[in-house]
Amino acid sequence: MAPIKLALLHSRVRVEEKLLIEALQQRDINIKLIDIREVTFDPENPGPWQEFDLILDRCIAHSQALAVTAVLESMGCLCINQHDVTRLCGNKLETTLALFKHHVPTLPIRMAVSVEAALQAIEELGYPVVLKPNTGSWGRLLAKVNDRDAAEAILEHKEVLGSVQHQIMYIQPYVEKCNFDIRAFVVGGETICAVKRYSEHWITNTARGAKTENYPVNDELARLCEAAANAVGGGVLAVDVFETKKGELLVNEINSTMEFRNSIAVTGVNIPEQFVDYMISCVHGGQRTTAAN
Amino acid sequence: MSTVNCSECDAELAVADDCVIGEIITCSECGGDLEVISTDPLTVELAPEVEEDWGE
Repeated sequence: MAPIKLALLHSRVRVEEKLLIEALQQRDINIKLIDIREVTFDPENPGPWQEFDLILDRCIAHSQALAVTAVLESMGCLCINQHDVTRLCGNKLETTLALFKHHVPTLPIRMAVSVEAALQAIEELGYPVVLKPNTGSWGRLLAKVNDRDAAEAILEHKEVLGSVQHQIMYIQPYVEKCNFDIRAFVVGGETICAVKRYSEHWITNTARGAKTENYPVNDELARLCEAAANAVGGGVLAVDVFETKKGELLVNEINSTMEFRNSIAVTGVNIPEQFVDYMISCVHGGQRTTAAN
Repeated sequence: MSTVNCSECDAELAVADDCVIGEIITCSECGGDLEVISTDPLTVELAPEVEEDWGE
């Protein structure tokens, strides 16, 4: 059987990309690293792209990933993750709507497009709330809003200083969560491992200094995370879950270009290897995703 | 190990031989983030600032 030809799309190369490259090389996969800043895409000339069995999107910029996978899928290329999965996961509002649609337990939200409406929505939910940018990662620009004074100030800042994207106000109730959240890794519909991310700060992203330890995957967590992954179309995903003080599990966000460097040693699971196994299975057996929306 | 000079402060930096284009290295002297833009010859430039839609 001829070796698989894989194009790895990137801009900035993180530790994760290097780990994936190493795992791909161990499986004798023919890899071409493509810095998307250096190539052009002609949708009417798919030939150069169709030589690849698989396109692995590891672009760090969500907007670029969306554009690139849209063009490549229009050419008939097999992309991981799929464009629609990336679109849903990169947009918190769309993720929430997909979770609601599939009856996956998640946080209630309010969405508003003006300061006045956002204030009303915040007061409906009750303080404290969390304001999040609709697109963004690594815990950036999250605001825990404890009272009306803070709400008015933050909303005014978003209105005056933010881009048009910041006029879409995505509001969640603040969840008391015992100083940790759970990140579960779902690969091809299976929850392969999970970590607890804990921090003294209410933001528990490892990019913000949270520490990780293994969180053994039980049936309840696996079912929840697999349902969440299915709701956005499946693939290779990191599902962030809150455990409330009442012990309830709620999906918070889903990441489609997951970072996993801090989760390999603590879980003992070779995440990049399983990622590669999944990609091989997609090439040989068709993509095991569910195209939710 | 190869060496390259920081494009911000000119410090000499050791870079692993398996570095790849697009990888970020941090200057141990000035703390600047540098992006590898060529491996042959090894060349770096100041990395772009993190954009709003970057992440996972």
